[in-house]
Amino acid sequence: MSVRDNASVMAAALNKKEISAVELTNQHYEQIAAVDKDVHAFLYLDKEGALAQAAAVDKKRAAGEKLSPLAGVPLALKDVMTQKGIPTTCGSKILEGWRPPYDSTVVTKLKNAGVIILGKTNMDEFAMGSSTENSAYGPTHNPWDLTRIPGGSGGGSSAALAAFEAPLAIGTDTGGSIRQPAAVTGTVGVKPTYGGVSRYGLVAFSSSLDQAGPCARTVLDTALLHQAIAGYDNKDSTSINQAVPDVVAAAKKLDIKGMKIGVVKQLAGDGYQKGVEDKFNQAVAELVKLGAEIVEVSCPNFEYALAAYYLIAPSECSSNLARFDSMRFGLRVGDDGVKSAEEVMNLTRQAGFGREVKRRIILGTYALSSGYYDAYYGSAQKVRTLIKQDFDAAFTKCDVLVSPTAPTTAFKIGEKSNDPLAMYLNDIATIPVNMAGIGGMSLPCGLAAEDNLPVGFQIMSPAMKDDRMYLVGGALEAALLSKWGKPILDFAPKLVGSK
Amino acid sequence: MSLNYDQVIEKYEPTLGLEVHVELNTKSKMFCSCATEFGASPNTQTCPVCLGLPGALPVVNKRAIESTILIGLELNCSIAPYSRFARKNYFYPDMPKNFQTSQYDEPICVNGFLDVQIQTDEGEKTFKIEIERVHMEEDTGKSLHVGGSTGRIHGAEYSLLDYNRAGIPLVEIVTKVVPNTGKYAPQVARAYVAALRDILRGLKVSDVKMEQGSLRCDVNLSLAQINSGKLGTRSETKNVNSLRSVERAVIGEVIRQANRLEDGERIIQETRHFLEESGQTRPGRSKEKAEDYRYFPEPDLVPVVPDAKWIEELKKTLPEKPADRRKRLQSTWSVPDKEMAAMVNAELLDTVEETVLLGADPTKARSWWLGEISRIANDRSVAATELISIKDVAQVIELITKGELTDKLARQVVEGVIAGEGSPADVITKRGLKVVSDDSQLMKAILDAVTAQADTAQRVREGNIPAAGALIGAVMKATGGQADAAKVRELLLKHLGQ
Amino acid sequence: MAAISRDEVANLARLARITMSDDELDHLAGEMDVILGAVARVQEVASADVAPTSHPLAVNNVTREDVVLPSLTPSEALSGAPATDEGRFKVPQILGEE
Repeated sequence: MSVRDNASVMAAALNKKEISAVELTNQHYEQIAAVDKDVHAFLYLDKEGALAQAAAVDKKRAAGEKLSPLAGVPLALKDVMTQKGIPTTCGSKILEGWRPPYDSTVVTKLKNAGVIILGKTNMDEFAMGSSTENSAYGPTHNPWDLTRIPGGSGGGSSAALAAFEAPLAIGTDTGGSIRQPAAVTGTVGVKPTYGGVSRYGLVAFSSSLDQAGPCARTVLDTALLHQAIAGYDNKDSTSINQAVPDVVAAAKKLDIKGMKIGVVKQLAGDGYQKGVEDKFNQAVAELVKLGAEIVEVSCPNFEYALAAYYLIAPSECSSNLARFDSMRFGLRVGDDGVKSAEEVMNLTRQAGFGREVKRRIILGTYALSSGYYDAYYGSAQKVRTLIKQDFDAAFTKCDVLVSPTAPTTAFKIGEKSNDPLAMYLNDIATIPVNMAGIGGMSLPCGLAAEDNLPVGFQIMSPAMKDDRMYLVGGALEAALLSKWGKPILDFAPKLVGSK
Repeated sequence: MSLNYDQVIEKYEPTLGLEVHVELNTKSKMFCSCATEFGASPNTQTCPVCLGLPGALPVVNKRAIESTILIGLELNCSIAPYSRFARKNYFYPDMPKNFQTSQYDEPICVNGFLDVQIQTDEGEKTFKIEIERVHMEEDTGKSLHVGGSTGRIHGAEYSLLDYNRAGIPLVEIVTKVVPNTGKYAPQVARAYVAALRDILRGLKVSDVKMEQGSLRCDVNLSLAQINSGKLGTRSETKNVNSLRSVERAVIGEVIRQANRLEDGERIIQETRHFLEESGQTRPGRSKEKAEDYRYFPEPDLVPVVPDAKWIEELKKTLPEKPADRRKRLQSTWSVPDKEMAAMVNAELLDTVEETVLLGADPTKARSWWLGEISRIANDRSVAATELISIKDVAQVIELITKGELTDKLARQVVEGVIAGEGSPADVITKRGLKVVSDDSQLMKAILDAVTAQADTAQRVREGNIPAAGALIGAVMKATGGQADAAKVRELLLKHLGQ
Repeated sequence: MAAISRDEVANLARLARITMSDDELDHLAGEMDVILGAVARVQEVASADVAPTSHPLAVNNVTREDVVLPSLTPSEALSGAPATDEGRFKVPQILGEE
C-alpha cells in the first residue's frame, strides 16, 4: 500500500484492515512533507483534525460498524469550501486567517462518510483564473514540470493528486476550474450537472455557474467521491431534488457499444495545440474501437460562450464579493479611529483583493450598470439560452459530446499572466458546459508529442445524466490504460523525495 | 416667503406618493430559519445566511410569500403568474451582503387599489388610491452610533451593529401617483396608512406597530401650480413614525416646497428626514452622485410562480374586510351612524363584539363600554379594556337582563370590579347588592309603605296612578335601593287593585 | 476608440468601494477597453426574440416552512469580526444616514 495507489485500492485495504486510517493519513502527511515545498499545493494542513477523524474511523471499523465506501481515505479540499474552525482563504489576502463558524454541506457529507480531510488546497483568488497564479499565497507548481502551471482555478487540488499528496480532492468549477487543471496535470475531474452538488458553503464566485465536484486519479475513484458528495440539500435553493444517477455503476460498466459520441466542430482548430488535437483524435479512435459511433455536431453559438462568460461571471462576482467589506469578518485596513466605514471599506478592498479580482469586479459593475445592462449582461444571458439550445439539439443526435478539455498543455508560470485575454482563452472548451448547466468530465488521453505533457479529454453529458460521462470515461480510461501499460502519472518524472 | 398651508393650497396642487414597508410577523426570517423575536439580545438570532457569511445561501420562507399574496389580494392586486427576486446592490454596514435581496421588475403583486374615506367640508368623500406594486424584500440590521456630542451619526466615533433584524421579511407597498387630493392631501395620506394598517391587522400578517418599526411610511410629495398640467419635482420623506406624523409630514413638505417655489428656488429631488418636534423635514444623507443599484435577477433563488390553485386556497383564508365587518355589525346591532363612528374611533368595536359573543345584548354592551367604563377610563387616562375584562362586563349585562341587577346596582358592581374587589359575583356578595326579587319580601315592604301612607294608597286605589310614585320610593328606600323598581310598581298596583 | 474613460472607471471603483491609484485606474481603463471590445460580440446574436436564461435549472417555488431553527451563538457569529463591543460588531463611524 502506498500513496501512489488509487482511492479504491486504499479503500479495499482499509476494509480488509491491511492498513489503518491513521497509518494511511500519516503516510500522506509524509508525502506532503517531502514534496509540497516544491509543489505548494496546500495552504493549510489540519493534522490534528485529520488524525482525530482517522482514529475515529479506525475505532468504528474495529467495532464492526458499517462504514461508507470511502471511510478512512484522505482528501484534499479546495480552499473555497468552508470548513468549521479551519482557515478558509479562497486564495485571497482579504480572508487571511478567517475560520468559518460552519461547515459547507460538502464537508458535512465528507465527514459523515468518514473521509479524512488532510487540508486546504491553493487556488486562484476567489476561483478567478486558469493557472493558480492569481493566488495571494504564491502559485502552485505542476508536478509534471515545476516551472509550469497546474491549471486553475483549482490547481492546488489537481496538483495534490498528481503529486500523490492525496488520492481524492474536491474542486469547484465555474468555467473549467476543475476540468482544465485535471487536463494539464494528467488527473480526472468532474463538474456535475448544475445543482447536483450543494453550493451551501461554497464561497460564491458566479452563483449561476459555480459547482463543486470530485477529483481523483481514476474515473472510478472520481465516481465514488461524486456519489459521496452529490445529492439534494434543502439549504441550497438551486439544488436538484432528484436521486443521484448511479455514477459508480456507470464507471464500472466499461461497455459503450452503440453509443453515439458527438465531436463538436467549434471546439477544435485554431488556437488548439497540435499535440493536444492529435491525442484527442487518437482517443476518439479508441472509442470507435470500443464500438461507439462518432457524429460530427455543430454548435455555432459556442463561439460566443467565452464573451458571454466574461460578462456573466464578473457581473455575479461583483455582487457576491461586495460582502468583503471588513465589517463582520476578514481583513480590515485603515481603521485609525478617524476614518469612516466607507473609507475603511475602500482601503480594505484595495489591499485585500488582487488584480484579477479587481479587474472582474470593475468589469462586472460596468456590465450591470444602468444604461449598459441590456447591451452586456442582458445580452450575455441570451447567449446562454442559445448555447443551451445548441446542446439540446446536439443531444438529440448523440449521447455525449467530446472535445479536448483545454487548447494547450501546461504553459510556463508567468507566460500568460500579463495578458488577461490570452489567459481567458484557456477556458474556451470548458465554458459552454457551465453556461448550459450540464455535466463535464476531463480525463487524461495521453502526452502531447511536443512537450510530453498531459492532454485532457473532455466528455459532456446532458443535464441530470452525469452517469453517461462516467460510462464513456470509464471505458476510455480502461482502453488507454491497456494501450499504455501503466497509468499516465507513472510517466511523470518523479518529484524529489516523493514515493 | 412664508405662506401658511391654506395660502399654499390656494395656489398649488399637491401630488402624493406613499411607500409603506411592513415587517411580517413570520416566526422565522425571510431567507433563513433564525427567530424574529423583537428585543432579543444582540446577535443572538443570526446565522451564516443572515450575516451574509461567505458561502451562505438563501431559502425563501413560504409563509412570507403567502402573507404577501394575501396583502396583494386585499389590495385588489393582480398576483403575478411569474415573479422573481432581484439583487439591489449598494454598500451599507447594516446590510450584510451589501446587496438587498428584493424584487425589481417582476414583483409578486401589481395594479391594485384601496378606497379611503375622509371627512371633508362636503361630507364624507372617498379617494381611490391606486397601488403600483407589492413586493417582498428583507430588513437590515440595526446600527447604534457611539460617541459624538449628540449620539447621532455626525460626529460619532464608531458604530455598533446588531444583525438580529437583518433578514426579517419586509413587504413594500407602493402607491401610484395620487393626484387631486387638493387641500386634503394630509388627511388622505393619513387615512391611507390607517386603512392599510387595519387591513394588515385583519390579515394578522404583521404587528403593524409604527412605534416599533413594523410599519414604516415614506412620504413622497411634489407640488405644481394649480391647473399647470405639470408635475413638480418630488421629495421623499422618511422617519415618519406615526399616523399623525404622516399627516404632519405632508403639511410640512407642502409648506416648505411652496415657499421655496415662491422664492424662485427649485425643488431638489432628495430624501428628507422628518423631525417629530417641529413637524418639518431636513435633508437626509447627501450623495454627490445618484446610486446605481445595478439590479439583476437573484441567481441563488428560483422564480416564484403562484398557480391558480394556491391563490384560491389563500383567498379562502381572507378575513372579512374591516369596512364590510363594520357594515354587518352596524346592521345586525341596529346602530346609528354617529354611534357606530364613535365606537370605531374609540377602538372599542372588537371589545363590544366580543362582549356580544359572550351573550350580552348589543345595545347594553355598547352603552356600558362607551358610557360608564369609558368615562372612568378617560379620567384615569387608560384604555377601557385595562379596567375590566370583557367576561366581567358580559356577566354584569347578563345579570341585568335576568333582572338580578338594576342599572343602578350594576354601576356599583362595575365600580367594585374596577376597584379590584373581585369578580361581579364577589362584589355583589361583599357589598350585598343583589336585587330583592323575592315577592314576599317585597310585599312586606309594600304593605308597610301602604300602611304608612294610607292617604296616598287610597288615591291610587281611586285611579291616581302617578301617586304610586311616592309609595314606590318608600319601598325602594326601605330595601336600600335593591328592589327592582318595576317589580315593586307591578306588585303595588296589583295590590291596590290597579 | 476608447470604450471606457478613466473617469468612468473611477466611478465604477467608487461604486465597488475600491480605492485605486491614478496609475491603476489608467491601466484598468486600457484593459477594460480590450476586454469590452472582445465581449461586446454577444450583442451580435442577442436578438429580441431570444429569452435570457438566468437559471440553468427550470425549477420554481423552492421554499421552506416557517419554522425556527437554532441560530449561531453570539460568539460564533462574532468570531470573525475585526472588532466587537458588548456583543455587537464594532465598525468605524458611518457617515450619512438613511
